[in-house]
Amino acid sequence: MHHSLKEVQQLTGHTDQVWCVAWSPSGSLLASCGGDKTIRIWGKEDKSWVCKSLLTDAHTRTIRALSWSPCGQYLAAASFDATTSIWSRKSGEFECLATLEGHENEVKCVGWACTGNLLATCARDKSVWIWEVTADEEFECASVLSTHTQDVKCVKWHPACELLASCSYDDTIRLYHEASDDWESCAMLKGHSSTVWSVDFNKDGHRIVSAGADASLKIWQDYEPGNPEGIATPDNLPVWKCVCTIGGHHERPIYSVNWCSLSGMIATASGDDSLCVYQEISTEDARNAPKFEIAVRQKAAHLEDINCVSWNPVQKGLLASCSDDGNIKIWQLQKE
Amino acid sequence: MSELDNANPLVFEITKDRQILPEEEDDSVTDKFDRREIFDLIRVINDPEHPLTLEELNVVVESNIKVDDDKNSVYVEFVPTIPHCSMATLIGLSIRVKLLRSLPPRFKVDVKIAPGTHESELAVNKQLADKERVAAALENSHLLELVNQCLSKRATG
Repeated sequence: MHHSLKEVQQLTGHTDQVWCVAWSPSGSLLASCGGDKTIRIWGKEDKSWVCKSLLTDAHTRTIRALSWSPCGQYLAAASFDATTSIWSRKSGEFECLATLEGHENEVKCVGWACTGNLLATCARDKSVWIWEVTADEEFECASVLSTHTQDVKCVKWHPACELLASCSYDDTIRLYHEASDDWESCAMLKGHSSTVWSVDFNKDGHRIVSAGADASLKIWQDYEPGNPEGIATPDNLPVWKCVCTIGGHHERPIYSVNWCSLSGMIATASGDDSLCVYQEISTEDARNAPKFEIAVRQKAAHLEDINCVSWNPVQKGLLASCSDDGNIKIWQLQKE
Repeated sequence: MSELDNANPLVFEITKDRQILPEEEDDSVTDKFDRREIFDLIRVINDPEHPLTLEELNVVVESNIKVDDDKNSVYVEFVPTIPHCSMATLIGLSIRVKLLRSLPPRFKVDVKIAPGTHESELAVNKQLADKERVAAALENSHLLELVNQCLSKRATG
Protein backbone atom coordinates (compact mmCIF):
# COMPACT_ATOMS: atom_id res chain seq x y z
CA MET A 1 0.00 0.00 0.00
CA HIS A 2 1.51 3.27 -1.07
CA HIS A 3 -1.39 5.55 -0.27
CA SER A 4 -3.40 6.72 2.69
CA LEU A 5 -6.62 8.63 3.23
CA LYS A 6 -6.38 11.75 5.32
CA GLU A 7 -9.60 12.89 6.93
CA VAL A 8 -10.09 16.50 5.84
CA GLN A 9 -13.37 17.23 7.57
CA GLN A 10 -16.46 15.64 9.04
CA LEU A 11 -19.75 17.23 8.02
CA THR A 12 -22.51 16.92 10.58
CA GLY A 13 -26.10 18.04 10.27
CA HIS A 14 -28.23 15.17 9.02
CA THR A 15 -30.39 13.75 11.79
CA ASP A 16 -30.66 10.22 10.39
CA GLN A 17 -28.64 7.84 8.21
CA VAL A 18 -27.04 9.47 5.16
CA TRP A 19 -27.62 7.47 1.99
CA CYS A 20 -25.91 9.43 -0.75
CA VAL A 21 -23.30 12.08 -1.47
CA ALA A 22 -22.89 13.64 -4.93
CA TRP A 23 -20.39 16.25 -6.15
CA SER A 24 -21.55 18.91 -8.57
CA PRO A 25 -19.80 18.69 -11.99
CA SER A 26 -17.58 21.67 -11.12
CA GLY A 27 -16.58 19.94 -7.90
CA SER A 28 -17.45 22.99 -5.81
CA LEU A 29 -20.63 21.69 -4.18
CA LEU A 30 -21.47 18.44 -2.44
CA ALA A 31 -25.10 17.36 -2.15
CA SER A 32 -26.20 14.81 0.45
CA CYS A 33 -29.48 13.16 1.41
CA GLY A 34 -30.88 10.51 3.72
CA GLY A 35 -33.40 9.21 6.17
CA ASP A 36 -34.21 12.67 7.52
CA LYS A 37 -35.96 13.43 4.18
CA THR A 38 -33.74 16.45 3.52
CA ILE A 39 -31.11 17.41 0.99
CA ARG A 40 -28.11 19.38 2.18
CA ILE A 41 -25.83 21.33 -0.13
CA TRP A 42 -22.31 21.82 1.17
CA GLY A 43 -19.76 24.31 -0.13
CA LYS A 44 -16.36 25.57 0.88
CA GLU A 45 -16.06 28.80 2.84
CA ASP A 46 -12.50 29.85 3.57
CA LYS A 47 -10.91 26.55 4.40
CA SER A 48 -13.84 24.51 5.61
CA TRP A 49 -16.96 22.92 4.17
CA VAL A 50 -20.26 24.32 5.44
CA CYS A 51 -23.92 23.61 4.79
CA LYS A 52 -25.06 26.26 2.30
CA SER A 53 -28.62 25.12 1.68
CA LEU A 54 -31.11 22.83 3.31
CA LEU A 55 -33.84 21.56 0.99
CA THR A 56 -36.91 20.22 2.76
CA ASP A 57 -40.60 19.46 2.21
CA ALA A 58 -40.22 17.85 -1.22
CA HIS A 59 -40.46 14.27 0.00
CA THR A 60 -42.45 12.44 2.64
CA ARG A 61 -40.03 9.53 3.03
CA THR A 62 -36.28 8.79 2.85
CA ILE A 63 -34.37 10.45 0.03
CA ARG A 64 -32.23 7.63 -1.31
CA ALA A 65 -30.09 9.08 -4.12
CA LEU A 66 -29.06 12.27 -5.90
CA SER A 67 -27.73 13.14 -9.35
CA TRP A 68 -26.52 16.46 -10.77
CA SER A 69 -27.20 17.39 -14.39
CA PRO A 70 -23.98 17.74 -16.44
CA CYS A 71 -24.47 21.55 -16.58
CA GLY A 72 -24.66 21.66 -12.79
CA GLN A 73 -27.88 23.69 -12.84
CA TYR A 74 -30.22 20.84 -11.85
CA LEU A 75 -30.25 18.26 -9.10
CA ALA A 76 -32.48 15.18 -9.15
CA ALA A 77 -33.49 13.37 -5.94
CA ALA A 78 -34.97 9.85 -5.75
CA SER A 79 -37.18 9.00 -2.78
CA PHE A 80 -38.83 6.05 -1.09
CA ASP A 81 -42.09 8.04 -1.48
CA ALA A 82 -42.13 6.76 -5.11
CA THR A 83 -41.33 10.16 -6.63
CA THR A 84 -38.26 11.93 -7.98
CA SER A 85 -37.89 15.66 -7.46
CA ILE A 86 -36.00 17.97 -9.80
CA TRP A 87 -34.37 21.08 -8.38
CA SER A 88 -33.11 24.08 -10.33
CA ARG A 89 -30.61 26.62 -9.07
CA LYS A 90 -30.90 28.97 -12.03
CA SER A 91 -32.38 31.71 -9.84
CA GLY A 92 -29.45 31.44 -7.46
CA GLU A 93 -31.39 29.39 -4.94
CA PHE A 94 -32.55 25.81 -5.19
CA GLU A 95 -36.19 25.57 -6.24
CA CYS A 96 -38.22 22.44 -6.81
CA LEU A 97 -39.05 22.48 -10.48
CA ALA A 98 -40.91 19.22 -10.96
CA THR A 99 -41.89 16.00 -9.24
CA LEU A 100 -41.75 12.90 -11.42
CA GLU A 101 -44.41 10.34 -10.60
CA GLY A 102 -44.92 6.91 -12.10
CA HIS A 103 -43.03 4.33 -10.09
CA GLU A 104 -45.23 2.10 -7.94
CA ASN A 105 -43.01 2.22 -4.88
CA GLU A 106 -39.56 3.23 -3.55
CA VAL A 107 -37.35 4.94 -6.12
CA LYS A 108 -33.82 3.74 -5.41
CA CYS A 109 -31.64 5.73 -7.77
CA VAL A 110 -31.60 8.48 -10.37
CA GLY A 111 -29.02 9.35 -13.00
CA TRP A 112 -28.57 12.14 -15.50
CA ALA A 113 -27.17 11.24 -18.95
CA CYS A 114 -24.03 13.00 -20.24
CA THR A 115 -26.04 15.02 -22.78
CA GLY A 116 -28.33 16.34 -20.08
CA ASN A 117 -31.34 15.42 -22.23
CA LEU A 118 -32.20 12.17 -20.49
CA LEU A 119 -32.79 11.04 -16.95
CA ALA A 120 -33.13 7.47 -15.66
CA THR A 121 -34.84 6.29 -12.46
CA CYS A 122 -35.21 2.81 -10.96
CA ALA A 123 -37.36 1.35 -8.19
CA ARG A 124 -38.39 -1.62 -6.12
CA ASP A 125 -41.17 -2.11 -8.71
CA LYS A 126 -38.40 -3.78 -10.84
CA SER A 127 -38.57 -1.14 -13.56
CA VAL A 128 -36.18 1.41 -15.02
CA TRP A 129 -37.75 4.57 -16.44
CA ILE A 130 -36.13 6.82 -19.02
CA TRP A 131 -37.29 10.45 -18.96
CA GLU A 132 -36.75 13.00 -21.72
CA VAL A 133 -35.93 16.52 -20.64
CA THR A 134 -37.62 18.98 -22.99
CA ALA A 135 -36.33 22.44 -23.86
CA ASP A 136 -38.90 24.08 -21.59
CA GLU A 137 -37.80 22.08 -18.54
CA GLU A 138 -40.51 19.44 -18.74
CA PHE A 139 -39.93 15.75 -18.13
CA GLU A 140 -41.67 13.14 -20.24
CA CYS A 141 -41.46 9.41 -19.80
CA ALA A 142 -39.75 7.99 -22.89
CA SER A 143 -39.65 4.36 -21.87
CA VAL A 144 -40.39 1.89 -19.08
CA LEU A 145 -37.94 -1.02 -19.06
CA SER A 146 -39.00 -4.07 -17.09
CA THR A 147 -36.18 -6.51 -17.74
CA HIS A 148 -34.97 -7.02 -14.18
CA THR A 149 -36.86 -9.65 -12.19
CA GLN A 150 -36.33 -7.88 -8.84
CA ASP A 151 -35.78 -4.55 -7.12
CA VAL A 152 -33.46 -2.29 -9.20
CA LYS A 153 -30.79 -0.76 -6.96
CA CYS A 154 -28.78 1.63 -9.10
CA VAL A 155 -28.67 3.27 -12.53
CA LYS A 156 -25.61 4.82 -14.15
CA TRP A 157 -25.11 6.39 -17.59
CA HIS A 158 -22.12 5.94 -19.88
CA PRO A 159 -19.82 9.01 -19.67
CA ALA A 160 -19.94 9.80 -23.40
CA CYS A 161 -22.99 8.21 -25.04
CA GLU A 162 -26.59 7.32 -24.26
CA LEU A 163 -25.94 3.86 -22.89
CA LEU A 164 -27.46 3.07 -19.50
CA ALA A 165 -26.42 0.47 -16.91
CA SER A 166 -28.60 -0.79 -14.06
CA CYS A 167 -28.04 -3.37 -11.34
CA SER A 168 -30.42 -5.31 -9.18
CA TYR A 169 -31.44 -7.55 -6.32
CA ASP A 170 -31.72 -10.21 -9.08
CA ASP A 171 -27.86 -10.36 -9.00
CA THR A 172 -27.48 -9.04 -12.58
CA ILE A 173 -26.47 -5.89 -14.43
CA ARG A 174 -28.40 -4.76 -17.50
CA LEU A 175 -27.42 -2.37 -20.25
CA TYR A 176 -29.91 -0.40 -22.37
CA HIS A 177 -29.73 1.66 -25.53
CA GLU A 178 -32.17 3.28 -27.90
CA ALA A 179 -32.84 1.08 -30.91
CA SER A 180 -35.20 2.06 -33.75
CA ASP A 181 -37.36 4.43 -31.76
CA ASP A 182 -37.54 2.60 -28.45
CA TRP A 183 -35.27 1.70 -25.61
CA GLU A 184 -34.30 -1.90 -25.10
CA SER A 185 -32.02 -4.02 -22.97
CA CYS A 186 -28.93 -4.82 -25.05
CA ALA A 187 -26.85 -6.83 -22.58
CA MET A 188 -27.07 -8.76 -19.33
CA LEU A 189 -23.96 -9.11 -17.16
CA LYS A 190 -24.10 -12.12 -14.87
CA GLY A 191 -21.45 -13.08 -12.36
CA HIS A 192 -22.23 -11.74 -8.90
CA SER A 193 -23.66 -14.26 -6.46
CA SER A 194 -25.98 -11.81 -4.71
CA THR A 195 -27.52 -8.33 -4.98
CA VAL A 196 -25.50 -5.92 -7.12
CA TRP A 197 -25.67 -2.63 -5.22
CA SER A 198 -23.66 -0.30 -7.41
CA VAL A 199 -22.15 0.12 -10.89
CA ASP A 200 -19.92 2.70 -12.50
CA PHE A 201 -18.15 3.30 -15.79
CA ASN A 202 -14.48 4.17 -16.18
CA LYS A 203 -13.46 7.41 -17.88
CA ASP A 204 -13.67 6.24 -21.50
CA GLY A 205 -16.72 4.05 -20.86
CA HIS A 206 -15.16 0.83 -22.13
CA ARG A 207 -15.19 -0.68 -18.68
CA ILE A 208 -17.76 -1.12 -15.93
CA VAL A 209 -17.07 -1.83 -12.28
CA SER A 210 -19.78 -3.48 -10.20
CA ALA A 211 -20.00 -4.36 -6.52
CA GLY A 212 -22.51 -5.90 -4.19
CA ALA A 213 -23.66 -8.08 -1.36
CA ASP A 214 -21.13 -10.80 -2.23
CA ALA A 215 -18.48 -8.29 -1.04
CA SER A 216 -16.61 -8.52 -4.35
CA LEU A 217 -15.84 -6.16 -7.21
CA LYS A 218 -16.02 -7.13 -10.85
CA ILE A 219 -14.48 -5.34 -13.82
CA TRP A 220 -16.26 -5.78 -17.16
CA GLN A 221 -14.65 -4.98 -20.51
CA ASP A 222 -16.59 -4.25 -23.70
CA TYR A 223 -15.71 -6.09 -26.90
CA GLU A 224 -17.01 -4.30 -29.96
CA PRO A 225 -17.87 -5.98 -33.26
CA GLY A 226 -14.67 -6.84 -35.05
CA ASN A 227 -12.63 -6.92 -31.83
CA PRO A 228 -9.06 -8.20 -32.24
CA GLU A 229 -9.66 -11.00 -29.70
CA GLY A 230 -12.22 -12.53 -32.04
CA ILE A 231 -14.94 -12.59 -29.39
CA ALA A 232 -18.31 -13.16 -31.06
CA THR A 233 -20.70 -10.21 -31.00
CA PRO A 234 -24.23 -11.47 -31.75
CA ASP A 235 -26.58 -8.93 -33.41
CA ASN A 236 -23.58 -6.68 -33.99
CA LEU A 237 -23.79 -5.45 -30.40
CA PRO A 238 -20.80 -5.02 -28.10
CA VAL A 239 -20.32 -7.88 -25.64
CA TRP A 240 -19.26 -7.24 -22.05
CA LYS A 241 -17.09 -9.79 -20.30
CA CYS A 242 -15.89 -9.98 -16.72
CA VAL A 243 -12.10 -9.64 -16.93
CA CYS A 244 -11.29 -9.31 -13.23
CA THR A 245 -12.83 -10.14 -9.84
CA ILE A 246 -11.49 -8.52 -6.71
CA GLY A 247 -12.45 -9.92 -3.32
CA GLY A 248 -11.19 -10.42 0.17
CA HIS A 249 -11.00 -6.81 1.31
CA HIS A 250 -14.51 -6.16 2.57
CA GLU A 251 -16.24 -8.33 5.16
CA ARG A 252 -19.78 -7.19 4.49
CA PRO A 253 -21.76 -5.96 1.46
CA ILE A 254 -20.24 -3.25 -0.73
CA TYR A 255 -22.90 -0.60 -1.10
CA SER A 256 -21.15 1.84 -3.40
CA VAL A 257 -18.40 1.88 -5.98
CA ASN A 258 -17.01 4.93 -7.78
CA TRP A 259 -14.41 5.02 -10.55
CA CYS A 260 -12.37 8.22 -10.57
CA SER A 261 -12.11 9.77 -14.04
CA LEU A 262 -9.03 11.76 -13.02
CA SER A 263 -6.86 9.09 -11.43
CA GLY A 264 -8.44 5.85 -12.64
CA MET A 265 -8.69 4.71 -9.03
CA ILE A 266 -11.72 2.85 -7.73
CA ALA A 267 -13.23 3.59 -4.31
CA THR A 268 -15.62 1.29 -2.45
CA ALA A 269 -17.83 1.75 0.62
CA SER A 270 -19.05 -1.14 2.71
CA GLY A 271 -21.29 -2.31 5.51
CA ASP A 272 -18.09 -3.27 7.35
CA ASP A 273 -17.55 0.48 8.08
CA SER A 274 -14.48 0.60 5.85
CA LEU A 275 -13.47 2.34 2.64
CA CYS A 276 -11.11 0.81 0.10
CA VAL A 277 -9.26 2.34 -2.82
CA TYR A 278 -7.91 0.21 -5.68
CA GLN A 279 -5.50 1.01 -8.47
CA GLU A 280 -4.71 -0.84 -11.65
CA ILE A 281 -1.21 -2.23 -11.95
CA SER A 282 0.56 -2.83 -15.23
CA THR A 283 0.39 -6.34 -16.64
CA GLU A 284 1.12 -7.99 -19.96
CA ASP A 285 -2.47 -8.19 -21.13
CA ALA A 286 -4.09 -5.24 -19.42
CA ARG A 287 -7.13 -5.25 -21.69
CA ASN A 288 -8.18 -8.85 -21.23
CA ALA A 289 -6.67 -9.69 -17.85
CA PRO A 290 -6.19 -6.48 -15.88
CA LYS A 291 -4.86 -6.55 -12.36
CA PHE A 292 -5.82 -4.29 -9.51
CA GLU A 293 -4.18 -3.89 -6.15
CA ILE A 294 -5.48 -2.34 -3.01
CA ALA A 295 -4.01 1.12 -2.43
CA VAL A 296 -5.83 1.96 0.81
CA ARG A 297 -7.93 0.04 3.26
CA GLN A 298 -9.40 2.52 5.70
CA LYS A 299 -10.89 0.48 8.52
CA ALA A 300 -13.45 2.14 10.81
CA ALA A 301 -13.73 5.05 8.37
CA HIS A 302 -17.17 5.65 9.90
CA LEU A 303 -18.86 4.35 13.06
CA GLU A 304 -21.49 2.42 11.08
CA ASP A 305 -22.24 1.14 7.55
CA ILE A 306 -20.91 3.36 4.76
CA ASN A 307 -23.55 3.84 2.08
CA CYS A 308 -21.89 5.92 -0.60
CA VAL A 309 -18.48 7.06 -1.77
CA SER A 310 -17.75 9.66 -4.42
CA TRP A 311 -14.60 11.16 -6.00
CA ASN A 312 -14.53 14.89 -6.62
CA PRO A 313 -14.64 15.29 -10.42
CA VAL A 314 -12.16 18.20 -10.47
CA GLN A 315 -9.91 17.97 -7.42
CA LYS A 316 -7.85 14.83 -7.76
CA GLY A 317 -7.90 12.53 -4.76
CA LEU A 318 -10.69 14.33 -2.90
CA LEU A 319 -13.24 11.79 -1.72
CA ALA A 320 -16.60 12.07 0.08
CA SER A 321 -18.29 9.29 2.03
CA CYS A 322 -21.49 9.04 4.08
CA SER A 323 -22.79 6.64 6.67
CA ASP A 324 -25.62 5.27 8.79
CA ASP A 325 -23.90 7.17 11.63
CA GLY A 326 -25.42 10.36 10.16
CA ASN A 327 -22.11 11.87 9.14
CA ILE A 328 -20.33 12.76 5.94
CA LYS A 329 -16.55 12.72 5.68
CA ILE A 330 -14.25 14.38 3.21
CA TRP A 331 -10.95 12.62 2.60
CA GLN A 332 -7.79 13.41 0.67
CA LEU A 333 -5.89 10.57 -0.93
CA GLN A 334 -2.18 10.93 -0.22
CA LYS A 335 0.94 9.17 -1.36
CA GLU A 336 2.85 7.72 1.53
CA MET B 1 -59.28 -13.62 10.86
CA SER B 2 -58.22 -16.06 8.16
CA GLU B 3 -57.08 -19.56 8.97
CA LEU B 4 -53.85 -19.88 10.91
CA ASP B 5 -50.81 -21.40 9.22
CA ASN B 6 -50.26 -23.62 12.20
CA ALA B 7 -53.39 -23.90 14.30
CA ASN B 8 -52.01 -26.10 17.07
CA PRO B 9 -48.39 -25.29 17.72
CA LEU B 10 -46.33 -27.10 20.32
CA VAL B 11 -45.74 -24.96 23.36
CA PHE B 12 -42.39 -25.13 25.14
CA GLU B 13 -41.40 -24.21 28.65
CA ILE B 14 -39.69 -20.88 29.13
CA THR B 15 -36.27 -20.27 30.63
CA LYS B 16 -35.90 -19.02 34.17
CA ASP B 17 -34.94 -15.41 34.69
CA ARG B 18 -31.26 -14.68 34.55
CA GLN B 19 -29.48 -14.44 37.88
CA ILE B 20 -27.82 -11.10 38.19
CA LEU B 21 -24.33 -11.38 39.59
CA PRO B 22 -22.90 -8.69 41.88
CA GLU B 23 -20.19 -7.70 39.38
CA GLU B 24 -22.86 -7.05 36.78
CA GLU B 25 -24.23 -4.29 38.94
CA ASP B 26 -20.80 -2.80 39.39
CA ASP B 27 -20.53 0.10 36.95
CA SER B 28 -16.76 0.02 37.02
CA VAL B 29 -16.67 -3.44 35.43
CA THR B 30 -16.88 -3.58 31.62
CA ASP B 31 -19.60 -6.04 30.86
CA LYS B 32 -19.56 -7.57 27.41
CA PHE B 33 -22.74 -8.61 25.64
CA ASP B 34 -23.29 -12.33 25.83
CA ARG B 35 -25.62 -14.84 24.26
CA ARG B 36 -28.03 -14.85 27.17
CA GLU B 37 -28.51 -11.10 26.99
CA ILE B 38 -29.38 -11.27 23.30
CA PHE B 39 -31.71 -14.17 24.04
CA ASP B 40 -33.44 -12.19 26.77
CA LEU B 41 -34.06 -9.38 24.29
CA ILE B 42 -35.72 -11.56 21.69
CA ARG B 43 -37.35 -14.41 23.62
CA VAL B 44 -40.20 -12.13 24.74
CA ILE B 45 -41.16 -11.11 21.19
CA ASN B 46 -44.76 -12.07 20.44
CA ASP B 47 -45.57 -14.46 17.65
CA PRO B 48 -47.63 -12.62 14.98
CA GLU B 49 -50.29 -15.35 14.98
CA HIS B 50 -50.50 -16.92 18.42
CA PRO B 51 -50.78 -15.36 21.87
CA LEU B 52 -47.37 -16.87 22.64
CA THR B 53 -43.79 -15.67 22.63
CA LEU B 54 -41.05 -16.77 20.23
CA GLU B 55 -39.48 -18.64 23.13
CA GLU B 56 -42.69 -20.52 23.97
CA LEU B 57 -42.90 -21.62 20.34
CA ASN B 58 -39.21 -22.59 20.26
CA VAL B 59 -38.70 -20.17 17.34
CA VAL B 60 -35.71 -18.73 19.15
CA VAL B 61 -33.39 -20.72 21.41
CA GLU B 62 -30.27 -19.55 23.15
CA SER B 63 -28.01 -22.04 21.38
CA ASN B 64 -28.90 -20.51 17.98
CA ILE B 65 -27.37 -17.17 18.91
CA LYS B 66 -23.75 -16.15 18.39
CA VAL B 67 -22.28 -13.01 19.90
CA ASP B 68 -18.81 -11.59 19.51
CA ASP B 69 -18.68 -8.33 21.42
CA ASP B 70 -15.11 -7.54 20.33
CA LYS B 71 -16.01 -7.95 16.68
CA ASN B 72 -19.35 -6.14 17.14
CA SER B 73 -21.28 -9.03 15.70
CA VAL B 74 -24.58 -10.62 16.64
CA TYR B 75 -25.91 -13.59 14.69
CA VAL B 76 -29.36 -15.07 15.28
CA GLU B 77 -30.95 -18.07 13.65
CA PHE B 78 -34.64 -18.69 14.14
CA VAL B 79 -36.83 -21.70 13.40
CA PRO B 80 -40.30 -21.07 11.92
CA THR B 81 -42.91 -23.35 13.54
CA ILE B 82 -43.70 -24.91 10.17
CA PRO B 83 -41.69 -24.97 6.90
CA HIS B 84 -44.28 -22.95 4.95
CA CYS B 85 -44.94 -20.36 7.66
CA SER B 86 -46.00 -17.19 5.84
CA MET B 87 -44.98 -15.09 8.83
CA ALA B 88 -41.27 -15.96 8.64
CA THR B 89 -40.25 -12.60 7.16
CA LEU B 90 -42.27 -10.67 9.75
CA ILE B 91 -40.76 -12.71 12.59
CA GLY B 92 -37.24 -12.14 11.24
CA LEU B 93 -37.94 -8.44 10.80
CA SER B 94 -39.24 -8.20 14.37
CA ILE B 95 -36.08 -9.84 15.74
CA ARG B 96 -33.94 -7.52 13.65
CA VAL B 97 -35.83 -4.41 14.71
CA LYS B 98 -35.78 -5.39 18.38
CA LEU B 99 -31.99 -5.80 18.24
CA LEU B 100 -31.45 -2.61 16.21
CA ARG B 101 -33.45 -0.67 18.79
CA SER B 102 -31.80 -2.28 21.80
CA LEU B 103 -28.13 -2.72 20.95
CA PRO B 104 -25.49 0.00 20.52
CA PRO B 105 -25.22 0.96 16.82
CA ARG B 106 -21.68 -0.49 16.57
CA PHE B 107 -23.19 -3.98 16.31
CA LYS B 108 -23.71 -5.71 12.97
CA VAL B 109 -26.83 -7.81 13.32
CA ASP B 110 -27.55 -10.78 11.05
CA VAL B 111 -30.87 -12.61 11.35
CA LYS B 112 -31.42 -15.79 9.39
CA ILE B 113 -33.70 -18.79 9.21
CA ALA B 114 -32.03 -21.91 10.63
CA PRO B 115 -30.83 -24.00 7.65
CA GLY B 116 -33.40 -26.45 6.35
CA THR B 117 -36.35 -25.21 8.39
CA HIS B 118 -38.26 -23.21 5.79
CA GLU B 119 -39.21 -23.63 2.13
CA SER B 120 -38.22 -20.08 1.17
CA GLU B 121 -35.18 -19.91 3.40
CA LEU B 122 -32.84 -18.23 0.91
CA ALA B 123 -35.40 -15.68 -0.28
CA VAL B 124 -36.35 -14.70 3.27
CA ASN B 125 -32.70 -14.50 4.35
CA LYS B 126 -31.82 -12.28 1.39
CA GLN B 127 -34.70 -9.94 2.19
CA LEU B 128 -33.79 -9.73 5.88
CA ALA B 129 -30.16 -8.94 4.97
CA ASP B 130 -31.12 -6.11 2.62
CA LYS B 131 -30.78 -2.97 4.74
CA GLU B 132 -32.48 -0.82 2.14
CA ARG B 133 -35.59 -2.99 2.14
CA VAL B 134 -35.59 -3.10 5.92
CA ALA B 135 -35.30 0.71 6.04
CA ALA B 136 -38.13 1.07 3.54
CA ALA B 137 -40.28 -1.46 5.40
CA LEU B 138 -39.93 0.50 8.62
CA GLU B 139 -41.23 3.62 6.88
CA ASN B 140 -44.37 1.69 5.92
CA SER B 141 -46.83 2.46 8.70
CA HIS B 142 -48.86 -0.73 8.26
CA LEU B 143 -45.80 -2.96 8.46
CA LEU B 144 -44.34 -0.94 11.32
CA GLU B 145 -47.56 -1.45 13.26
CA LEU B 146 -47.31 -5.23 12.79
CA VAL B 147 -43.70 -5.19 13.96
CA ASN B 148 -44.58 -3.05 16.96
CA GLN B 149 -47.36 -5.47 17.91
CA CYS B 150 -44.80 -8.27 17.98
CA LEU B 151 -42.52 -6.14 20.11
CA SER B 152 -45.13 -4.78 22.52
CA LYS B 153 -45.51 -6.17 26.00
CA ARG B 154 -48.53 -8.40 25.99
CA ALA B 155 -51.11 -7.66 28.64
CA THR B 156 -51.24 -10.58 30.99
CA GLY B 157 -54.45 -11.45 32.56
